[in-house]
Amino acid sequence: MGDILPLVAKRLGFGLLTLLVISVIIFFMVELLPGDIAQAVLGQGATEENLAALRERMGLNDPAIVRYFDWLSGAVVGNFGESIVTGERVSSIITERFVNTLFLAAYAAVIAVPFAILLGIIVALLRNTLFDRVANVLTLTSISSPEFFLGYILILYLAVKTSMFPAIASLSGDLSFGELLHRTFLPALTLVLVVTAHMMRMTRAAIINLLASPYIEMARLKGTPPWKVIVKHALPNAWAPIINVVALNLAYLITGVVLVEVVFVYPGIGQSLVDAVSKRDFPVVQACCLIFAATFILLNLAADVGAILTNPRLRHPK
Amino acid sequence: MTKKNQQLIDRLADEARHGRISRRGFMNTAIAAGLTATTATGLWTSKAQAQPKSGGHFRWGLHDGNTGDTHDPGTYLTRTMIFLAHTHRSYLTMINGDGSLGPDLADEWSASEDASEWTFEITPNAGFHFAGRAVTANDVVASLNHHRGDDSTSAAKALLSDVTDITAESDTTVKVTLSGGNADFPWLMTDYHLAICPANDDGTIDWQSGDGSGPYKIDDGEMGVGFTLSRHDGWHREGAYFDSVEIITLNDPNARQTALVTGDVDAVSLIELKTMALLQRDPNITIHNIPSAGAITLPMFCDTAPFDNPDVRNALKLAMNRDEIIEKIAFGAATKGNDFHHSPAQPFWPEDIPQREYDPDQAKSLLAKAGAEGLTVSLSTADSVYAGAVDMAVLYAEQAKAAGININVVREPNDGYYSDVWLKKPFCLVSWGARPTPDVMYTLAYKDDAAWNESHWQNERFNELLLQAKAELDEGLRSEMYREMAMLAKDDGGTIIPFFNNFVYANRANVGTPENLAASWECDGARAASRWWFNS
Repeated sequence: MGDILPLVAKRLGFGLLTLLVISVIIFFMVELLPGDIAQAVLGQGATEENLAALRERMGLNDPAIVRYFDWLSGAVVGNFGESIVTGERVSSIITERFVNTLFLAAYAAVIAVPFAILLGIIVALLRNTLFDRVANVLTLTSISSPEFFLGYILILYLAVKTSMFPAIASLSGDLSFGELLHRTFLPALTLVLVVTAHMMRMTRAAIINLLASPYIEMARLKGTPPWKVIVKHALPNAWAPIINVVALNLAYLITGVVLVEVVFVYPGIGQSLVDAVSKRDFPVVQACCLIFAATFILLNLAADVGAILTNPRLRHPK
Repeated sequence: MTKKNQQLIDRLADEARHGRISRRGFMNTAIAAGLTATTATGLWTSKAQAQPKSGGHFRWGLHDGNTGDTHDPGTYLTRTMIFLAHTHRSYLTMINGDGSLGPDLADEWSASEDASEWTFEITPNAGFHFAGRAVTANDVVASLNHHRGDDSTSAAKALLSDVTDITAESDTTVKVTLSGGNADFPWLMTDYHLAICPANDDGTIDWQSGDGSGPYKIDDGEMGVGFTLSRHDGWHREGAYFDSVEIITLNDPNARQTALVTGDVDAVSLIELKTMALLQRDPNITIHNIPSAGAITLPMFCDTAPFDNPDVRNALKLAMNRDEIIEKIAFGAATKGNDFHHSPAQPFWPEDIPQREYDPDQAKSLLAKAGAEGLTVSLSTADSVYAGAVDMAVLYAEQAKAAGININVVREPNDGYYSDVWLKKPFCLVSWGARPTPDVMYTLAYKDDAAWNESHWQNERFNELLLQAKAELDEGLRSEMYREMAMLAKDDGGTIIPFFNNFVYANRANVGTPENLAASWECDGARAASRWWFNS
């Protein structure tokens, strides 16, 4: 165990460096957008005078580099500043949205991860049968369709035609946990369909890869039943690639949900990112993107640590 | 009356009760079925129109909202904020369902003889939701001053630039002094920015709390997501039939329409024109198609060649087949334009001006007269201007070929269109929101020295009439002047107006709506929450 901590520390250090680079890139990308915040806030109805007054108030007359370092000096001590448009604290704007996004991601993950791995094991066991083919075709079809299309199909059959679930997942009012699960079922199911194929196929491939190994043959020769060969002998050695793929997909569940949020009108962080970009609200854009970047960095780190823990050989490189 | 006709009339009344037939359609069919006009009118009022009922929770899906919205009336921009403002705040005056001007906070108003001094009497019955006190003249003064002054960032600043002084004469009397006469001033008070908020002691207003004196008070809400409101008991006007209102921001057209179809919302503020015909087939949904004062314009810089020649401008106007554009681009949900920016939905609309039709031959001869045969011009546009704006430009370019005009359609970036293209490129496509009166519209975009004179049009007589009409309190004389101005704009002006776009919105059939729907905004002038009701 002791050798993992330095690795984690090193990776976190690199992660922070990555975040810094990303923040620079995002800042200048937002700067490059045509028009500015004042224009976006006042819209078509703005006059030069208005714009000048608003720019002054928002501090847009400082050079870009000064504004960036102003922001950075706050960010390093954990103060992500205030939204330029509304003057509200960025943390208070984003927290609730991020919790919503995490909830939806967790909801989808709790269904998708066990389902995909189990399905992967079953198709590995029944490889090249009709079941394997059908499962592959169905999951590949769902991963190949854009999320919004899957969402519309689900809405058509489960909301419009049968009214089993609400078509929009708005979270207004006091909802019990059961109601919440019911309301958000369609977006969660859409995400499940999108991420299942990747994890399932990686599980299947990793297991089938190992089935040619001599020790599996040995197990088979001992007379171990096929399911036991896979679960007890093949799976432990297949965890590393599976964990990697699961981590990537979890990151996707948090960062890639913008379209699903739009289709189901779910108040998550992706929606606030889109809104903030359209208003050029740099501190909010920055905070959202850094959260996304940090999610990727942390989940990748978790995947590596997980892979090392399940495979002691990786801890002793030759 | 035959039995068959009786059946027809019963069915008509049923259709009308469900809002599936307009009053005009009802009258036509009823008269054809053998009723006299008087009987048919009586039938319409007694049978077809249900009386408003109180109660229910109204869920209202709105098509435009942003997390960056605020309660500051000076920066109201999205539909969600504008509609919310009409639900939880009050204005001095309001536009009635029939298009006339009615009282909101002001019980009555009067002008000095030259229309340069206006006095508003504030109703004593209005009260703020949170502050728990009556609305006074002080609040009105502070709320209007929020849009004035050097450091104001309000988008309504230009609208009030003629105002020289606003004073509270008493607790309920506000006097506004203008630098010149403006007979439309009470109409200006309906502008969505001019919501009345409680005044602070230092003369500023408290907009941050979301307080207001409108028919509903905000219970809870989040910008860009939605608001829940409950009825403000003792609201100072008629209406507010729903017990509570929920405003939901539904930016995605598909989500919005699906929510309406599945009954997750009771009304939506915008229907996609492409799918309007399909939605019409659903018996549970009533679609409203209301001519508005919003317009699509194609301004040409009148001081830039080749547009500096009126014959060239008129040739370009004649080279447009408006009927085809309305049919193919607006899916019929539009009112044909006639190249003057005065909509039938505004007061003083001149009825008798001949419609300009598609006439490529005459366009050709005008070009020959101007010595500009084989004219080539570039038209800038972007998809964000209007759904189908680029298609419209391409279609127009095709139509103009028949007149020997070659139009290059330039597709500009959506972002920053109004800062980088509009007022900068000599020929572009623009979308205008509805303005309450012709004076406001002409002063904004057609007056010689207006910052937004998008066509750089300078016409002495037009500008003279504009100022005269503005201060004229005699409505007959004003109508005459607006008629002459319309003729000038049509035949000399630099703006092609293909159409005034209709507001197309919908509600579930169990929602009752009044016979006349205001045309100032979608959803009955943004006041659906206080004017509509549930039938059962």
